[in-house]
Amino acid sequence: MNDWLAFAWPHLPALLKGTGYTLIIWVVAMLFGSLAGTGLAVTRVYGATPWRRLATGYIELIRGTPLLVQMFIVYQGLPQVGIVLSPLTAAITAIGLNTAAYQAEYFRAGIRAVRPGQMQAARAIGLSRRRAIRHVVLPQAWRIALPQWANEVVIELKYTSVAFAISVPELMGQAQMIGADTFRYFEIFLVAAVIYVVLVGLVTLLLDVVERRYALRH
Amino acid sequence: MSSRNLMRVSHLTKYFGDTPVLNDVSLEVAAGEVKGIIGPSGAGKSTLIRCLNGLEPIDSGRIWLEDTELTAARANLDRLRSRIGFVFQDFNLFTHLSVADNIRLGLRRVRRLGRDEADHIVHRELARVGLESKWQQYPAELSGGQQQRVSIARALAMEPELMLFDEPTSALDPESVGGVLRVMRSLVAEGMTMIIVSHEMAFIEAVANDVLFMAEGRVVEEGSAEQIFQHPQQRRTRQFIDGIAAALIGEASEEGGGA
Ligand SMILES: Nc1ncnc2c1ncn2[C@@H]1O[C@H](COP(=O)(O)OP(=O)(O)O)[C@@H](O)[C@H]1O
Ligand SMILES: [Mg+2]
Repeated sequence: MNDWLAFAWPHLPALLKGTGYTLIIWVVAMLFGSLAGTGLAVTRVYGATPWRRLATGYIELIRGTPLLVQMFIVYQGLPQVGIVLSPLTAAITAIGLNTAAYQAEYFRAGIRAVRPGQMQAARAIGLSRRRAIRHVVLPQAWRIALPQWANEVVIELKYTSVAFAISVPELMGQAQMIGADTFRYFEIFLVAAVIYVVLVGLVTLLLDVVERRYALRH
Repeated sequence: MSSRNLMRVSHLTKYFGDTPVLNDVSLEVAAGEVKGIIGPSGAGKSTLIRCLNGLEPIDSGRIWLEDTELTAARANLDRLRSRIGFVFQDFNLFTHLSVADNIRLGLRRVRRLGRDEADHIVHRELARVGLESKWQQYPAELSGGQQQRVSIARALAMEPELMLFDEPTSALDPESVGGVLRVMRSLVAEGMTMIIVSHEMAFIEAVANDVLFMAEGRVVEEGSAEQIFQHPQQRRTRQFIDGIAAALIGEASEEGGGA
């Protein structure tokens, strides 16, 4: 154990730097995913037919393919059409586009669960459809979807590790590099795992607070 | 009461699929008038009153609010709806918003009032329905009757020219009905123009200037409250009024027997 700690200690700064990348990827991708997911969900429920089909097609495509494939398409495929992204930007883009599709489905279920009378009451006071969606339907749909959304963003926190495959020096990438240098993969991956557990635990605690704060009273 | 027509409905027809639910309905509401609509369930009362503020599309016929045609192809329905208050049977308060925010939403986003002016109206309207102390509560924390009074305050805050009520007391416990009817009576006293769908026959008889009896999507009979309740001309109306009276007597004797 002492030996193990003694080994890991000098590598901690590198691992923490990697953790910083992990958090950046995660936060930016989740913000993007929530916005885009909301847009996709609204389009699927309220959009005109062609837009609705487009949104559905996108969601099915994303959910039907592995994240790793999507990430390689963004990082190595897009340069062929002239879009060159840094590994970090590519990872954020791929994970953001991916989570948007999943979040869209949770938000869509949330929108569907808002009672129809809410929209009618909003229209009855003179709110336009757009404003009724924005101020009445979506805030309730978000709250309804909150448990699934929280689950999704925790899963995505762990999936950021896929970014190591396109050489982003996030937590997993750092551990991999240290392992390659020292051949002590077992110890270094264990340390990385512990850091993931701590992150997931903290995020889960935070989300519990959010869930309690925003629970819909019925 | 002035004879100026606030709302005019002519030859309204509406189908759900192949079934006609409103069949050639015409009516006029003068400014300051209280119109009651009664009839058996399934008669099309809710559908009619929802058509009157454009919540329900119609198949033919025309509706005017003063000089503006609601049913015109280019009608600005959002603007028209903000001039008409609507009270739902099941309140439909916005569940994620506090009482004050329920009322504030339309003031800020539709009437575009500033914060202070909106707050002033929120408190004025809550006081009007006797719930000033509840402004911070959420709908789920209120009784049905309190929720309905908030929903009336929410509608009144828009300063509508016309108020529509669709069975405002039907979803309430008997003990909550009185409070809602009291608020509605005070509106009558203020001269508010109202169309009220209700099964509270005594209330309709007391406050309505004019009563429509509807059955199977048609207006069977229209007349003064006195005519409809005391001297109905149509057999169908008589049956309905007698049926309700019989039911009330039945209820009363049951209660008497139990005591
Ligand atoms: N959205 C709808 N789709 C199909 N039929 C409906 C719908 N809403 C109401 N109806 C039918 O229209 C008729 C009139 O309903 P409604 O206006 O609610 O009557 P009332 O309010 O007088 O009880 C009923 O037969 C009802 O089943
Ligand atoms: Mg009804």
